[in-house]
Amino acid sequence: MKRVSVIGIGNTRYGVIKDRSFLDLAVEAGKKAMADAGITTDEVEAFYLGNYAGSDFINQNHLAPYVGAALRLRRDIPCTHIENACASGGSAVREGILAIGSGTAGKVLVIGIEKMNTVPTPKVTEFLAKAGDWEHEVKVGYTFPSAFAMMARRHMHQYGTTREHLAAVTVKNHTNALKNPDAQMQKLVSMEQILNDNRVVADPLRLYDCSLITDGASAVILADKGTARNLSRKPVDIIGFAQANDSFALYQKDDLTRFDATVEAANMAFQMAGVKREDVDVAEVHDCFTIAEIIAIEDLGFVPKGEGGPATLDGLTSLNGKFAVNPSGGLKAKGHPVGATGVGQIVEIVEQLRGEAGDRQVKDAEIGLTHNLGGSGATCVVHILARC
Amino acid sequence: MSEKASTKSGGYEKPLPEFRPETKPYWDACKKHEFSLPRCKKCGKVFFYPRALCPVCMSQDLELIKASGKAKVWTFAIHHMGPTPAYKGEPPYVVAIVETQEGVKMMTNIVGCKPEDVRIGMAVEVVFDDVTPEVTLPKFKPIGK
Repeated sequence: MKRVSVIGIGNTRYGVIKDRSFLDLAVEAGKKAMADAGITTDEVEAFYLGNYAGSDFINQNHLAPYVGAALRLRRDIPCTHIENACASGGSAVREGILAIGSGTAGKVLVIGIEKMNTVPTPKVTEFLAKAGDWEHEVKVGYTFPSAFAMMARRHMHQYGTTREHLAAVTVKNHTNALKNPDAQMQKLVSMEQILNDNRVVADPLRLYDCSLITDGASAVILADKGTARNLSRKPVDIIGFAQANDSFALYQKDDLTRFDATVEAANMAFQMAGVKREDVDVAEVHDCFTIAEIIAIEDLGFVPKGEGGPATLDGLTSLNGKFAVNPSGGLKAKGHPVGATGVGQIVEIVEQLRGEAGDRQVKDAEIGLTHNLGGSGATCVVHILARC
Repeated sequence: MSEKASTKSGGYEKPLPEFRPETKPYWDACKKHEFSLPRCKKCGKVFFYPRALCPVCMSQDLELIKASGKAKVWTFAIHHMGPTPAYKGEPPYVVAIVETQEGVKMMTNIVGCKPEDVRIGMAVEVVFDDVTPEVTLPKFKPIGK
């Protein structure tokens, strides 16, 4: 299979965005990525759209040609929508890689998008819960906060993880987001403030443990390595990628302190990339809740099982730590426009590897990783990228 | 066609299970306040949820067995915010995964005690909540309460 590179990136601002429709957000991100790659619309030979619930949030289906037409893409190319819950963006990038690898397309546009602030919060919760098992989980009052609360409780029970450990994720990610002009959350928060905050969502998780309800879009342009070398001033190679799955419902899992899909995807991606865990300088991981970041850095093999909390509290994953995790602010503070997240993670890692991440630049970053989780872990997509 | 239990009766607005040919016997048993679990006659596997094919050997030769109704709390969350307006006035409530004596796990609610008294490993037993004239949901309460 041909080696694939990222030659263009583009983000909209992430946040509560009133002055942009779904299409405006998608077009803005797509056009920015094409401009960054230095290509015209007519050069795009395949388009993949990562989106979770446009059918709920904006009452629109058949979303890929909907966006493709707005972008005035060529008529002779495929426009395809990928839905894998919160991993929709990561899966869409993976499809783009496969299209180039198979030789059916030379340059591919991938856009991830979600416009969520179109309905009140209870409706958002209801739409997100559809990524769980409706018939056997949702009917007992289950939501995503309760899923991750149940995992947090097992993690606390088995490994002694504490609320301070969870809070350390929030403190770090809010600190990073303040250095990211595209991030939704632009506010520092102290450990003391978090521990004294009593807004419980689903105990043991509180408001500060949860990611945000976000509008936003992210886009990348992919090309085969040869084309990338001719076109791009700073191409970044995708040296490993993998997607895996797990039991669908939470109650069907054997261990709630681990996501098998992450473990499998990480092992396959590292094997393909031919690099070691300690070679990774920077990672964007799926912190939809604070506990999810702790579990992610354990499952990815960066720290031993059960040590994700202490490692975070000790600063190992801070911007200047041993390996930086979520320099963008992560889902927690950059924001979590569900279908955009997996693409946005790639955008951040490319900026980091190009050395263009401004105040949040991880020094001398050469190898980066993205980790995008869907639902309560039934899908996981991992990408490993390297500076050329 | 699946038959959806009425949501009008008694003003119960929360999501209700769908009755289908393969699930109706399980819900009929719940309505009679009998807790049962599906078992494969071919490979002997006891499983949850009720379905048309055994999840292990795919046999269609299945039966419902009378289950103990005894379980242990595997994990739980205490909801301080309900997911939809239908849950108004209900929080705090407990969503839990319990493991039954027969070795199957299921998502349920723990009732009959204060949410803050629920613990991992707590012994619980089934209780039945007749939420509408047609639908009875199995929930669990601490044994001896």
